[in-house]
Amino acid sequence: MRPRGGIEALPAALAADRDAAFPLLVRALIDGVYSGALRLLGNSADAEEVTQEAFLRAYRALGRYPAARVGELRLREWVWTIAANLCRNRARDRRRRGEETLDPEAALPDPAPGPEARALASAGSGALAAHLARLPWPQRAAVVLRHVTGLPHAEIAAALGRPVGTVKSDVHRGLQQLRRQLEEEEG
Amino acid sequence: MTGLPEHLADLRAAAPPHLLPGVLHRVGLADHYAIRPSILGPVFVAFTRRGVSRVDLAGDPAGFEAAYLARFGRAVVPADAPPPRLAATVDRALGAGRTRGIPVDPAGLSEFQAAVLRSAAGIPPGEIRPYAWVAREIGRPGSGRAVGNALAANPVPLVVPCHRVVRADGRFGRYSLGADESKRVLLAAEGLEIEALEALTSRGVRYLGSATTRIYCHPTCRHARRITASRRAEFRSPGEAARAGFRPCRDCRPATA
Repeated sequence: MRPRGGIEALPAALAADRDAAFPLLVRALIDGVYSGALRLLGNSADAEEVTQEAFLRAYRALGRYPAARVGELRLREWVWTIAANLCRNRARDRRRRGEETLDPEAALPDPAPGPEARALASAGSGALAAHLARLPWPQRAAVVLRHVTGLPHAEIAAALGRPVGTVKSDVHRGLQQLRRQLEEEEG
Repeated sequence: MTGLPEHLADLRAAAPPHLLPGVLHRVGLADHYAIRPSILGPVFVAFTRRGVSRVDLAGDPAGFEAAYLARFGRAVVPADAPPPRLAATVDRALGAGRTRGIPVDPAGLSEFQAAVLRSAAGIPPGEIRPYAWVAREIGRPGSGRAVGNALAANPVPLVVPCHRVVRADGRFGRYSLGADESKRVLLAAEGLEIEALEALTSRGVRYLGSATTRIYCHPTCRHARRITASRRAEFRSPGEAARAGFRPCRDCRPATA
């Protein structure tokens, strides 16, 4: 029997039968993890690799944990703990090697700058993604997990290993910085 | 300024369709499939560690993969070929109808359906049995209609030869792989003499007996096919055969009721 229901039922299902429930875990979280990784890393190849690696590590960890621990996992923040770490390491490695990480399409500057709203509306996702890539890591991670992936502050705090208050202020300052960048572009 | 959070939310993207199967493949949880030739043309054959899980006419791979995921809750990814031993048995089944002994993954099958498929799997190539025969064989007499439904939902046609189960009146009935007509094509390819059979069934003949052995069979049983024309008796029912002093064949097990 395949377990039914949302992600709430998954920890128990994973504890009972990892191989039967794991595909459901991947299905439930893969869009969010991929989206977040894509916006944290700026290109789809890295995002795909990180997503694969994150789930592979999660699968192996589930095999090592005692059933009681698996049954109590908060799966989304747990998977994001793994994924965010992989994203940070990969972004850092790329930066150290001086590699261009943005997709060409995503790196294009806004061709017709205007006020923020218009810039946002006309520039499309590419320009905004490029601005995201210029944020310092803690702000970028907080903004992406909060507003792209849609995680609550508490889950972001757990995933990034930072206090909730710090995460909130990172989100806030990240958004401010994004607005500044968009305005600079305008003017 | 409003709008920025909404625009960020728009940056959410669906994972590329190959990513989920890729992840499951990487952790060893994906099933695999390969294209093999068959009497009905190329087919997709999916397999797990336990055996063959799905056979379907080869078409759009993405469509097959999506339908597989929806039906079994498992990803399926392309492979060059099944493992060598499985490949040999699968190819014998697909090419020559020799279906005995192929492992079938029973995941997702009800107990009833699994029993129906096991029974159908025992029917030799070129022979046919009625739906009601399968029902009786699995200890569920009278469930012929449910047997028909179970066979129509057979996930592994050709490998489990559901095409060898037909209606009591000799008409071939539904088939789960492509057109109903495929059933006739398969049986003809296995050597069933369809016209001779239809000549019998149209006269109401359901069983053939040998006046030498005093044994009666389904007309397509290999023993029935060996009966000399002059020694051949025709029966419309098991009762008629029994009254004439014939006993049922132990291989094709015609109805005794």
